[in-house]
Amino acid sequence: MNGLLQQDVNQETFVLNLGPQHPATHGVLRVKLVMDGEYIVEAEPVLGYIHRMHEKMGENRTWAQFLPNCGRMDYLSALSYNHGYVAAVERAAGIEVPERAEYLRVITVELNRISSHLLWFGAFVLDLGGFTPLLYAFDDREQILDLLESVTGSRLTYCYFRFGGVYNDIDDAFITGTRAFIKRLRKRLPMYDALVTKNIILIKRLKDIGPISKDMARRYGATGPVARGSGINFDVRKHEPYSVYSEFDFDIPVYEEGDSMARYMVRMDEMEQSMRIIEQALDKLPEGEIQPKKAIKLVKPEKGDYYHAVEAARGSFGVRIVSDGSNSAYRLKLRSPTYSNLSLFGEASRGMLLPDALALMGSLDLVIPEIDR
Amino acid sequence: MLLAKIKEALNSLYEDIQETTEAPEAPESEKAAAEAAPEEETAPAPEAQAEEGSPPPAEEAETEKAEEPVPPPGPQETDYKAKGYHLDVDLPPEKVVAAAEILNRENFFIEAITGVDWIDDQQLEVVYDFNHFDELCRVVVRSRLDRSNPEIPTISHIYQGANWHERETHDFFGITFTGHPNLEPLLLPEDADFHPLLKDFKA
Repeated sequence: MNGLLQQDVNQETFVLNLGPQHPATHGVLRVKLVMDGEYIVEAEPVLGYIHRMHEKMGENRTWAQFLPNCGRMDYLSALSYNHGYVAAVERAAGIEVPERAEYLRVITVELNRISSHLLWFGAFVLDLGGFTPLLYAFDDREQILDLLESVTGSRLTYCYFRFGGVYNDIDDAFITGTRAFIKRLRKRLPMYDALVTKNIILIKRLKDIGPISKDMARRYGATGPVARGSGINFDVRKHEPYSVYSEFDFDIPVYEEGDSMARYMVRMDEMEQSMRIIEQALDKLPEGEIQPKKAIKLVKPEKGDYYHAVEAARGSFGVRIVSDGSNSAYRLKLRSPTYSNLSLFGEASRGMLLPDALALMGSLDLVIPEIDR
Repeated sequence: MLLAKIKEALNSLYEDIQETTEAPEAPESEKAAAEAAPEEETAPAPEAQAEEGSPPPAEEAETEKAEEPVPPPGPQETDYKAKGYHLDVDLPPEKVVAAAEILNRENFFIEAITGVDWIDDQQLEVVYDFNHFDELCRVVVRSRLDRSNPEIPTISHIYQGANWHERETHDFFGITFTGHPNLEPLLLPEDADFHPLLKDFKA
């Protein structure tokens, strides 16, 4: 009798709503959790709280009018989204880009990638209960925002790229400022390493927590640091070199473990690689135009469908264009990386302790407006 | 390497498609011949078999087809630089699951699933994007559905990532993925009864 009663108690589950207003979900994401005590039986992300139908907007405005929308999906690495969209339209319409413009794109995108990773670093450690690193990371990130503001005109939702080039050339102040920033961050990263990465509390919270196997990453289509933390050597910049990435010497950090620590390490290492790319790009920066000599007034890609992917801070961002030959898209599909990365959360979090699942969620580096689009 | 391998594997899906597209014409002509001259009934049949079976007559059939502007059914290699993908695979809806199984065996991963509304043709198109982690090979599988009753089998049991992509495509286009475990609205409100990416959608 006593045993039977105990069994019933053990089988008792309850539903817990995590979000949509919860600091650990970094925006309006809701996760419906079926809990057995502190353990997760079933987790189901509920999306759409900030869905704006960017894909429909792409259909009812001209190609150029859609440019500002790109920065409003992944607001933390807006330039990657700019890049994916203009590159797809350039492929469809056969627009050539001057070399200097491609270099400027790479420099600014990589700066943006570092700023995105810095914010993730601070917010992730904040999720785990460490407040101080956030302030350090924001201090560094501020330098990048100042640099990018001076050249793009905005601090967050950049709209810097144009079909065939970029909107504004960089000046000497930007170059010296960027070099100074790299020098500064190279001094700070060892400090983060000593203060955070080697911290026993962080290691205990992340090591062997939330394992994602290679096969799971593949079945769900996970890309970016999530895939690379599971031992998959996949980075669009190397795998499918676009822009001028093939001209730079950089490594793709890959960790085999597949746990939250591996994903953490991938992003920390990627900052150094981005700095290497920026340095080389500044050294080799060619003179010349930043936009085509003959200004592009009307973009009308030929009938057909086209695809272009770029490596955003969170993984592979793909744009599929279906054109009917007019001055707006017949269909514009935006493939956002975190959408696929989050889709594995239900399977990966099964049987985990709730605080560990939050560590897993933080290591996925979610940006909700990009998931919901 | 991978491209040639996957192209050959996917080509196997077209074997009976070629038969079925030829089938409606062949029996009619045979019947007509049989009705007109019952004594010659045996004569055309071995010829038809020979065309399908032995290589030299098959070449003749190909040269006849080459004159037509439409390429023979099968996976089409595309100009990657211009299009951004390597292989274009147009399949009838019932073949999509088999294609996903083949791609899964070769360790492809799924990038996205989406739809296109071809309202002038009264058709909806489902587009699957596959890619490979080790070697650059983008495969696009597409299938056209009847717009008044768009149904296609799910592939979410093969690629779990397809679950959300199919739900999203159902949200936006109203395409039913038969066998899907949970075809509820994902990005749209839970009581949404509209499909905003249809061309005749009015807000």
